[in-house]
Amino acid sequence: MDGFPILSLMMAVPMAGAIACLFAGAGQARWIALLATLADLVLGIVLWINFDQSASAPQWQFQEYAPIFGRFAWALGIDGIALMLIALTVFLMPICIGASWQAIEKRVGEYMAAFLFMEVLMIGVFTAQDLYLFYIMFEAGLIPMYLIIGIWGGADRIYASYKFFLYTLLGSVLMLIAMMWMVHEAGTTEIPALMAYNFDPHIQIWLWLAFFASFAVKMPMWPVHTWLPDAHVQAPTAGSVILAGVLLKMGGYGFIRFSLPMFPEASAQLAPLVWGLSMVAVVYTSLVALVQSDMKKLIAYSSVAHMAIVTLGLFAFNQAGLEGSMMVMLGHGLVSGALFLCVGVIYDRLHTREIARYGGLAINMPKYAVLFLLFTMAAVGLPGTSNFVGEFLSLMGVYQVSTWAALVGTSGIILGAAYMLYLYRRICYGEQKNADAAAMPDLSVREVALLAPIAAVVLWMGVYPESFLAPMRPAIHALEARLASAAPAGDSRIAMGAPKPAGDGIHEHAAAHGEAHR
Amino acid sequence: MIQLIVLLPLLAAAIAGLGNKALGKLPAKIVTTGALFISCALSWPIFISFLTGQAEPYVAPVFTWIQSGSFDAQWALRVDTMTAVMLVVVTSVSSLVHLYSWGYMEEDPDQPRFFAYLSLFTFAMLMLVTANNLLQMFFGWEGVGLASYLLIGFWFRKPSANAAAIKAFVVNRVGDLGFMMGIFGTYLVFNTISIPEILEAAPSMAGSTIGFLGHRFDTMTVLCLLLFIGAMGKSAQLGLHTWLPDAMEGPTPVSALIHAATMVTAGVFMVCRLSPMFETSPTALGFVTFIGAATCLFAATVGTVQNDIKRVIAYSTCSQLGYMFFAAGVGAYGAAMFHLFTHAFFKALLFLGAGSVIHAMHHEQDMRYYGALRKEIPVTFWTMTLGTLAITGVGLPLAGIGFAGFYSKDGILEAAYASGGSGVGAYLVGVFAALLTSFYSWRLVFLTFFGKPRWAASEHIQHALHDAHGHGSEHDNAPAQEDAGHDPHGHERDAHALSTGTGGYHPHESPWVMLVPLVVLALGAVFAGFIFHDQFIGPEGGVAFWKGALAFDSHLMHASHEVPTWVKFGPFTVMLAGLLIAWLSYIRHTDWPQRFVAQFGVLYQFLLNKWYFDELYHMLFVKPAFAIGRFFWKFGDIGFIDRFGPNGLAALVVQGNKVTRRLQSGYLYTYALVMLIGLAAGATWAMTR
Repeated sequence: MDGFPILSLMMAVPMAGAIACLFAGAGQARWIALLATLADLVLGIVLWINFDQSASAPQWQFQEYAPIFGRFAWALGIDGIALMLIALTVFLMPICIGASWQAIEKRVGEYMAAFLFMEVLMIGVFTAQDLYLFYIMFEAGLIPMYLIIGIWGGADRIYASYKFFLYTLLGSVLMLIAMMWMVHEAGTTEIPALMAYNFDPHIQIWLWLAFFASFAVKMPMWPVHTWLPDAHVQAPTAGSVILAGVLLKMGGYGFIRFSLPMFPEASAQLAPLVWGLSMVAVVYTSLVALVQSDMKKLIAYSSVAHMAIVTLGLFAFNQAGLEGSMMVMLGHGLVSGALFLCVGVIYDRLHTREIARYGGLAINMPKYAVLFLLFTMAAVGLPGTSNFVGEFLSLMGVYQVSTWAALVGTSGIILGAAYMLYLYRRICYGEQKNADAAAMPDLSVREVALLAPIAAVVLWMGVYPESFLAPMRPAIHALEARLASAAPAGDSRIAMGAPKPAGDGIHEHAAAHGEAHR
Repeated sequence: MIQLIVLLPLLAAAIAGLGNKALGKLPAKIVTTGALFISCALSWPIFISFLTGQAEPYVAPVFTWIQSGSFDAQWALRVDTMTAVMLVVVTSVSSLVHLYSWGYMEEDPDQPRFFAYLSLFTFAMLMLVTANNLLQMFFGWEGVGLASYLLIGFWFRKPSANAAAIKAFVVNRVGDLGFMMGIFGTYLVFNTISIPEILEAAPSMAGSTIGFLGHRFDTMTVLCLLLFIGAMGKSAQLGLHTWLPDAMEGPTPVSALIHAATMVTAGVFMVCRLSPMFETSPTALGFVTFIGAATCLFAATVGTVQNDIKRVIAYSTCSQLGYMFFAAGVGAYGAAMFHLFTHAFFKALLFLGAGSVIHAMHHEQDMRYYGALRKEIPVTFWTMTLGTLAITGVGLPLAGIGFAGFYSKDGILEAAYASGGSGVGAYLVGVFAALLTSFYSWRLVFLTFFGKPRWAASEHIQHALHDAHGHGSEHDNAPAQEDAGHDPHGHERDAHALSTGTGGYHPHESPWVMLVPLVVLALGAVFAGFIFHDQFIGPEGGVAFWKGALAFDSHLMHASHEVPTWVKFGPFTVMLAGLLIAWLSYIRHTDWPQRFVAQFGVLYQFLLNKWYFDELYHMLFVKPAFAIGRFFWKFGDIGFIDRFGPNGLAALVVQGNKVTRRLQSGYLYTYALVMLIGLAAGATWAMTR
């Protein structure tokens, strides 16, 4: 694969598809989009197969460089972290196209073009090695999303896209200013070089906060999360899938690619802030999810809670936490995407997101009930599914730096079970209350074809996560090494006591004299 | 071979579950039941080889699960004495329950799904007992939780079944929070989650302290207590027990398999599996003893006044689990495992017997509408009587001959006394609970099988009688009718109005597929104690049998054989006393219970309402969770963040309504584009200047 610009090709294919869609009729546009995304999926698989996972492999692979003007360059390259997120993107894209097959009837060409263009930009975000190239991709990626919500969205789409726009823009302005300062200071726009550059710890705080403003919104973290439920509710099904599946991951990617390696000292100093916000988010948004009567809002709020586990894991500064966060991002991308598809399936039939209008679907839609149950259990973090691996590792990582954060974060497994099972019960169990809901047909072949691959990967990731952890390991190792000097000490240091039978619990003063275990 | 034992049920579950209705009832039943009988047939030789001392423990690796730095969790199947014991318990009871369900679930239209769930449960339980690391144990732990959730809610049209299923899952999750925190802490301390490695390193950590939630505690105490919270959830110990009685919403075979014989004993299994770890923390062991004894007493008191036959047995299970825990707490892990083993037989027997009664009584579960069934369903009567003799621990203390419960329960009580200290307290509580056990067990038998028939007042029987006359159209929806009992208030009003009697109803004995499991389990209830007691709790036999699979204390077992005679006669005496009181109250003087209620109304209500735990939890947790959720949503998100965030900004910048009109006409995208292009241009300028 040496020298072959596969990353550029992966962006060129959907770009060409997008242009073609703009000029094609509705029927043709669907097929063009499907073929383009499937071609990108194949390219993604080729990319994965050719990615060197060995410990001696270079961190950055498939690098491309073409100067454009000034310092600005078309610089691409990926490490294992980016590879996994690209794999997630190209995997979900054909599913999104399939989900829109019948649901979208107006301006199909433009719709498909918007999706394909978004795929270009998202691959761009994960592959960019130039700071400004990243910025452009990162911000431009929101444009197709605005359009998808604003044109093909629900009744309240304008308000939703306005909120989406306002939040994300405010964050990104600060990030851009910080980026300019960094380029000025370090004299380079190359991301790998910046990742190794040691900024002054005092300045780091300001830079970190500027980036945080943008990434926290994208994540989204409490309290800047309120755009997400509205955006999800108004977006068409495929829009929600890609929003939850990939766009939210840009925030986490930002933290792992910029905030942590570029500003390790600031990250360590401000980690308690992140823990605090994440802890609030887990409890707060889980409880809010519990009282929702709108299916999409419920899942949207649950996304905020899951993303809080990601931020907890990232700011654990150790391998388990970082790997766990990546696994949560991948698992959540699949599972919440699948849950939005599940919502879409019944929304297409009854045109309401009101949970109370459904009930007893296990009777007339048994296949749907089985798949929905699987994804519900995955969202709850049942071992054997993708989300468990991630949640477990992240929380275990966090435990090493803060037992309080781990305890509150882990309480999410109780609340998560409560709101998800309550949702599932109201939709699939009970008697059939409404004649129209009782008359809905079970999944069509197309719908099974959309959900079954996700189900398979969710189980694969849960039973043999090594396939996904192995490619990321070198990159995570490098990051952990970078963070090692700054990483905060945990609050659970062990102090060996006198060799006597263990007994009565609290030894307040033993700590200072004891030998530090870790 | 162990791979086959574990994976066959999974395979069968997949075939029956995915095939579902396309596969058909009979093939689904044959595949799942067949797989389970094969697993069972393969498990007994393993157990016997450990019994005779020929086998050595080993670990059969499967493949890597999660690796992250030094964290390494493998899929692997561990086989040692503990596993061997659990293998026979799980596969034997499960295969018998599968067979029994052929008869019990005969009329259900959803049989493939039911059998798939049962087999899935068995797979998860086997993964739990063969775990070689804490994470795989947690996998099995959650897997059985899932199966339990699915089976409790099997009749998903019933709101009460759905509520019970969610309750079981969520309450168990509270325990799982402790379990997960325990695993995190254990990894932090020992840098491994492999069970043998932890157990080896545990003694070296005794006496050390660790920071936890801002305070410093004894390391091993923290770890053991966190893990024990998990055990409390799964084994329905006081505080986290509320889900178990409600779990009786599930079909009765499920109650027998999951909520009596296997899953609920997982907590006991865990404590025994990790016994060398618990041995390093006397504080944790004291807590285990206390919780065990408290649960034992609490559940027994509640069991004495329940009217629903399944609820009586459910509380009995809860109480017996308490015995197992305080046995572990005083260091008699062999006795705990022994009681787990014998209890599996006689409690599964009692539940399946109850199922047979319910089957005969047309889904009536209220014992107040039973009576005089001994002649009608003789096999059920005799096997349940044997089960009752086993659970009440009938035997001759000095001769040392008796039913299964006699060996295991008396073994626990004697060991508790012999351990001294808090063990003596546990002994006294245990003896009192044994009195209650005897009382409620015989009460169940007397109310069900003796006295005069009181069937006619039952709504279910009324339905049955009407059906017989050809008005039975409302019974098309079979699932909603099954096990629909325990609605005392619904019955109350006609209970006295209607004349008692048979009403012309004729109960029928269950088909042979249901009776065979009863007979086999009855054999276990009679002989399991006599045959195996030396291996499980004998001072010498135990050492040879357990081979270090749990922290077997030979001295304690010696001491427990040499306790004073009154200690040995204590359980025997109260067993007879309980029988006598039950006989007096329900056969000799049938007005006594009513007089008791009249005299001690408050106490009766307190017990009948299960010490008001459900009401308390509803008030403390459920209602506030919804109220706070609504508050956060309406006042946090909408009233504060949005109001002062995006909405406030909109109002501020463009003054009032103008903005909305503009936005609605679609100018937003133009703005967005212009702004982004502007930003990009700014960036470009910054680079190239």
